Order: sequence, then C-alpha cells, then structure tokens
Amino acid sequence: MKLDPKIPSGPLEEKWNRHKNEINLVSPNNKRKHHIIVVGTGLAGASAAASLAELGYNVSAFCIQDSGRRAHSIAAQGGINAAKNYQNDGDSVWRLFYDTIKGGDYRSREANVYRLAENSNNIIDQAVAQGVPFGREYGGLLDNRSFGGAQVSRTFYSRGQTGQQLLLGAYQAMMKEVHSGKIKYFPRHEMLDLVVVDGKARGIISRDLVSGEVMKFQADAVVLCTGGYGNVFYLSTNAKNSNVTAAWRCHKRGAAFANPCFVQIHPTCIPVSGDYQSKLTLMSESLRNDGRVWVPKKKGDKRPPNEIPEDERYYYLEERYPSFGNLVPRDVASRNAKMVTDDGMGVGSSGLAVYLDFRDAIKRDGEDVIRAKYGNLFDMYQNITDENPYKTPMRIFPAVHYTMGGLWVDYNLMSNIPGLFVAGEANFSDHGANRLGASALMQGLSDGYFIVPYTIGDYLAGNDVPKISTDHDAFKEAESTASGQLDKLLAVKGDKTIIEFHRELGKIMWDKVGISRSKEGLESAVEEIRNLRDEFWQNVRVPGEKNYYNKYLEFAARVADYFELAELMALDALDRNESCGCHLRDEYQTEEGEAIRNDKDYSYVSAWEYLGVNGKLETKLHKEPLEFEFVELKQRSYK
Amino acid sequence: MSTMTINLKIWRQKNSNDPGHFEDYKLDDVNEHMSFLEMLDVLNENLIKEGTDPVEFDYDCREGICGSCNLVINGRAHGPKHMTAVCQLHMREYNNGDTIVIEPPRAAAFPVIKDLVVDRSAFDRIIEAGGYVSVKTGAAPEANLIPVPQDTSNIAFDYATCIGCGACVAACPNSSASLFTGAKIAHLNSLPQGQPERDKRTIAMVNQMEKEGFGDCSNFAECEAVCPVGISIASIAEMRKDYVKAIF
Repeated sequence: MKLDPKIPSGPLEEKWNRHKNEINLVSPNNKRKHHIIVVGTGLAGASAAASLAELGYNVSAFCIQDSGRRAHSIAAQGGINAAKNYQNDGDSVWRLFYDTIKGGDYRSREANVYRLAENSNNIIDQAVAQGVPFGREYGGLLDNRSFGGAQVSRTFYSRGQTGQQLLLGAYQAMMKEVHSGKIKYFPRHEMLDLVVVDGKARGIISRDLVSGEVMKFQADAVVLCTGGYGNVFYLSTNAKNSNVTAAWRCHKRGAAFANPCFVQIHPTCIPVSGDYQSKLTLMSESLRNDGRVWVPKKKGDKRPPNEIPEDERYYYLEERYPSFGNLVPRDVASRNAKMVTDDGMGVGSSGLAVYLDFRDAIKRDGEDVIRAKYGNLFDMYQNITDENPYKTPMRIFPAVHYTMGGLWVDYNLMSNIPGLFVAGEANFSDHGANRLGASALMQGLSDGYFIVPYTIGDYLAGNDVPKISTDHDAFKEAESTASGQLDKLLAVKGDKTIIEFHRELGKIMWDKVGISRSKEGLESAVEEIRNLRDEFWQNVRVPGEKNYYNKYLEFAARVADYFELAELMALDALDRNESCGCHLRDEYQTEEGEAIRNDKDYSYVSAWEYLGVNGKLETKLHKEPLEFEFVELKQRSYK
Repeated sequence: MSTMTINLKIWRQKNSNDPGHFEDYKLDDVNEHMSFLEMLDVLNENLIKEGTDPVEFDYDCREGICGSCNLVINGRAHGPKHMTAVCQLHMREYNNGDTIVIEPPRAAAFPVIKDLVVDRSAFDRIIEAGGYVSVKTGAAPEANLIPVPQDTSNIAFDYATCIGCGACVAACPNSSASLFTGAKIAHLNSLPQGQPERDKRTIAMVNQMEKEGFGDCSNFAECEAVCPVGISIASIAEMRKDYVKAIF
C-alpha cells in the first residue's frame, strides 16, 4: 500500500492557490459525460453534490434518511468558525490555522489545515447568499461568539441551530440541482459496498431500504460523505442511524483507515439516566462562555447545589487553567471532568456529573440576556431532565461526540483507492487528535463546496475511466457479498438482541477505549471484543426478512461492522504510546494529569490496511510521517 | 424512581397495500425518565425476543431537530406536550395504567410504508420546486455586503427553523401542507437574498403543494398548535399574500 499525501510544494499560504492553478480541468462538454456518486447528504455530501452538479457533472446522491435534510449535521448547535476578523480582535487566516493545528495537538497536516482556514471565509459568504439566517448585530451585520480553544471571537451562529441552518442551505442547493435534472436523488438507500474495477472506484452497491432490494450503481468516481463512527460506543451524541458501514466496507475493499482511536468526547452532555438510554444529548459548548463548571470540594457532598457555599465549590477549570478557564478545548475539559468524578467529587444520583452553573451570568446580565443567547438549549435541558437550569445548575458529563479518525485521504481528499474521494467527518484529514468547537461545520462545507469539486476534475481529466456496465463481474461479486451478509445475519436466529450486543460492545469501548486508556485495558478490550464478536455471529437474533423495510436488519449489519472497527480502534490506541489530544494513555501523563506527547516517535498518521477477520482482525499499520515546516511543535498549554 | 404499566394500541400495517389494524400491547416497568421512543425500543426488544416483528417507526437524531419522528399519539401529532417533538417527550407525562394510541400521520400525500413509517417525499418535491436561492458555489459576494436588519433576520430564522416532520399535515383537517410550504416561502421571501426569485418561488411551491395532493388551508390553525418548533400560521398569510401578488 502506497500512501502519498501529495502535498503541494511552496509557501504554506500559496499551496492551495498554486495547486488549483496547476491541476487538470475538465471542459464543460466533457463534464456532462461523467457520472459521480455522492453517498451521504450531510454538510459535506449535500454541498459536494450541489457544487458538482452546478459544474455540469451528472450526480447521484444517496442517503439513508427519508430526506437529505435529516442528515446528522442538522444537530450541530453552536456555530461555524471563519477568519473574517469582523470583531477587529486580531483574527486572521493564520490564527485560525494555528489554533486549529494546535487544538489538534499537532497530529494533522499543516497544508490541509491552512487550506481549511483559507476556505472558511468563502463558506460564510456562500451561506449568507443562500439565505442562512445567521445571528446579526443591530446594524444588520454579522455577529460572532467565542468558542473553546480560541482567544478571538470568530464563530458565526444561528441561535443554537447553526448546523440545521447550514444543512438546510446545502440541502436546498442540492434540491435546486435535483430540479435542474443534474442530480438523481436516492433517499432511504444504504450503501453496502464499494465496487472496485481495475484498482479504481467504479460504483456502489446500495440497498433500497423500503423494498429491501440490493442494487448496483456505476460511476466514474465516488464521493463518500457518510460521517463518523461514534456510535461504536452505543451511547453517543450521534443520531441513531449514524454508522460506519459505508466507510468500513470501503476499508475492506482496500481504503486505509487513519487514526481510528481519535475520538472526541464532548464535555457538555446531559448525563445518562438509566439502562434504557438510547442516546446522549449534547449541550452546546457555547454554554461555557457564560456557565461556570464546578463540583463540591467535599467528596460525596449530597447537598443541593444552591446550598453549597462559594468557598466549598471547586471551579476546577478556572483554577487549573487561568488563561482559558471554562473555555479550554474539549479534550481538556472532558479529561478534567473524569478526574474530579474519579476522585469522588461527582454530583447527581450516579456521581457521574459535574455542574455547569449560570447563576453568576444571570446575576451579571439578567435572565433575559441569558435566555436570548441559550433559550433553546435551556428548554431542551429542562425537557430531558425535568430541572430548571435558570434556577439550578445544569448537570453535565462527557459523551462521545465526533470522530477525528476516518478514511485516509491525500491532499485532494482522495483515498488510496483512485476515484474514491472522502469528505467531511468520514475522512481523517483536518482535526488531528482533537477537533476544536465550530470546526466540523467548517470542514464539511470546505470539503464539499470548495475542495472536492476541483480535485475530482483533476482526477477525471488525468485518468482513463472507460465506460463499464453493472453486469461486470466486480459488480456481481460485490452485490452477492452484500446480500450474502444480510442472509447470514438473518440465519443466525440466536437469543440475544442486536441492541444487547451493541450495548455490551459500547461498554467495553467506553470503559477501556474511552476518555483514558492503558496498555492493560486496551489489551483486555481487544480480547473482549473478539469474544463478543464471535458470540454475536453465533447468537444474534435479527427479526424479519430482507425483502422489505426492516430497520433492525440495517442495525444488525452496522453492528457487525462496529465489531471489526472496535478492535481496530483498540489496536490503534495500543500502538500510540503517547498522549495527544483526545487520546490519553494513563502511562503517558504528568503528575497533574496533563498529556505527554511524543513527537519524536509518534508524529505520524496511523493508516491501517485491512487484511481480513479470522477470529482476530488481521491488519497492517502504515505510517504517514507528519512534517511541520511552518509551525513550531509546542506542548499545548491552556494554563 | 417510579415505574408504570402502560397499555399500548399501535397501528400495524405490513405495507402500503395492507389495510392495517390496531394491535394491543402491555408494557410493564416503564420508567418515568424514559423518552417515549425509548419506551417503544423496550417494547421492540420484547417483541423480538418473542419472535414477533418489531414496530417500525422513523427516528434519527432523538434531539428534536432532524424531523424524522412523527407519531400521532392519542390523536395528537407528537403527543401531548406543547412544542415538543415526540423524541423529546418523556414518560413522566403519563400515569400508571394509561392507554396510549399510536398511529402514523395520516394523509393521502403521506402513504404508509410500514406500521408507523410514512413516505414524506412530497415535502422534498415542494422544496425542489423552488425552496432555495439560486446561487452557485463560488458566486457569493462578501457576506457583510448584504446587511439584514436584526429583526428581519430573527423573523427569517423563526420560519427557517421548521424541521419538516409533517405534524402540520397530520393535524390539519384538510391535510394541508400550508404551514410547511409557507414557512419556507416566508423564510426566503423575507430576506434580501430571496427577492429576485420571490414570485417564481412562491408560485412554483404553491403549485407543487397542490399537485402532491395536500388540501388547502381553511384557517383551523391546528398545524401551529402541534408544530414542535412553533412555526406561526403568519407564514401561511405571508405565502397567500405573496402568491396573490405574484399571479397578478
């Protein structure tokens, strides 16, 4: 396996423009001869599909939901970063780049991250022109808020529903092209395999989730925009249908999977309330602008929070990190929450929560101001917990939220399978070992609107993609593999439900491949995952049949893939004998619990090659060295 | 923590050709902090263990924003709680021994796929007809060149917040999609960016709504009452006003 990141030469700030000037173009009359499949219609997929269609390509857009508008990008709350410097607080493309690469703990590529920062401003322009109703100041110009990991205000927002508004903008742009006839639209379709012919991605196998029919689709290139794999933990802030299947099946066809152990655990989520819990709900990080995080100083203090006097409260983020305080990056905030609850200072009935308190902000600004900023989030909290956060501090705890890892891509966002492009959360490219808040929307849209439309042209102009038919043997083989797996799942007819297996897998992952990891824990996780996977294939009960709408069959196939991915995540975490960003190895931390990164030995992207599953996952590690020409690697400090 | 026994009467329908029927179920040990959909998950776990096909229903984000879930509970779209999508409804709204009737949203334009899952692709086609600003990627001017008064932006947001769940259609005696269509028209038509295509958009979307088999609006306002995000029927007035202006 050859992994060439294809980073253009030259000064950092000239790389992308120079690359755009040098790459091949496809002429308008040739564009209409090409067919491109886009899988997933979140921010990356919808924006890529719309932009490719506007250029004149024929596009087929697939999504598992009943409408493209429901992709999980819709749930992003807080905002989207851009280096507009509208606040005159000294922001710049360089600063956004620097904060993002530092926030990722120097485990991402300089060139990719710089390009992301460059594209950020175009995204805001595009969204405003589409009619996205961003928050505005009295004068009618755009407003900003602050987010974790930055000392400038660069986050654009639409109340607490920024993801929804940006996604609807991209979805509407996509529907405009459905109307023009350039996009064929396939909702309620799930990609089950990638078809590779002569080493190139030439199509997909997809199941019509209504009729159950497994179908073959041919293309000249495939763009995978299928999001992250946080649901491997069972409980996460991801939507219930978010899954790794499309990406994992590409991995099994030869695409390298990069940095699978880099999982973001978001510090401000509503704590688990019981065994029946099906998902976790995030409270936007923007709340940390005004809320203060604390726990009682006394272990096991069961007094109601408002009865605990000021001098008996431990504002641990403010005390430990005076310059960033409550606005430290997500990994730092999550790790500290775990430390104080491990020390017995946690609150709530489970002891697995900390307070996020708005008392002082309400005293300072008044309840109306706080309501105007966060009203919908407070309502959501009250609705779920039955507690009023204007009167009682919120209880929060970390939860799995975002996966920085994903399919390996080069600078053109193409995987190591020519013709397979990967955009948005599904790729690994821009966030390193930790993603800063308000950067996911930026990356999804940067990839979809402003990168893939150029780089796909370069691929199509520079490569021979002869016409092929879906009668080709490779299509037949992939179709029968996909169908065969569904039959196999249905044939087990065991005693344990899919959710029972998934919940058990999630517990292993949370306990041993979660906020902190150790060699011992990871090794036992690998064993446990293997055993549970064997049991799954012998004892799972999948209801119904495959030739009609059957959501539990969809789940079963996804859980089967999680069982393989889970082992890879543990192996990746075992390989990385350092702590960086979200990845905290107990063996590699200071006495105060700060991460110890090892740049000498681990400044690389782990790219795993799939070799098979035979009791255990057979896999091979390839390393893409990360080279830093423009920034100096520093120990991250938010103190 | 108290637990309850809940009696369920759920619509079961194999596919669009099956006439469908109600089936009774009894569920013990329902926890008050469970969400309504988690209660159905537990029911399904029991059904799967018994060897029965689980109840199919649509859901995804389970945080009230994706608009996938759309159950009609005791005759009310999204259930008893005002401005709350069914995924955000909790069992604490119910009492031990209650009987809950669960149906799909019923409308000719929303054919049933299976059990409680319906086909809402008509909504996509209404947006496809004109629910956008025709700006190509890369063609946008600098964002702050288009100032929008804060009030205008807030009003546009209030319409743009629609989650496309279809509760408005389920609640309307005419099965009208006027609230959904009006919300998108009012969002885009209220902004400077939406002006060039204002008339064209309004006519195209209203015509498509009719073509899909949705009824007309008779001002019952049932839609606003069940809307989980509180879209105002003022959007329907905006749509009608703009439609009249557009056709003359």
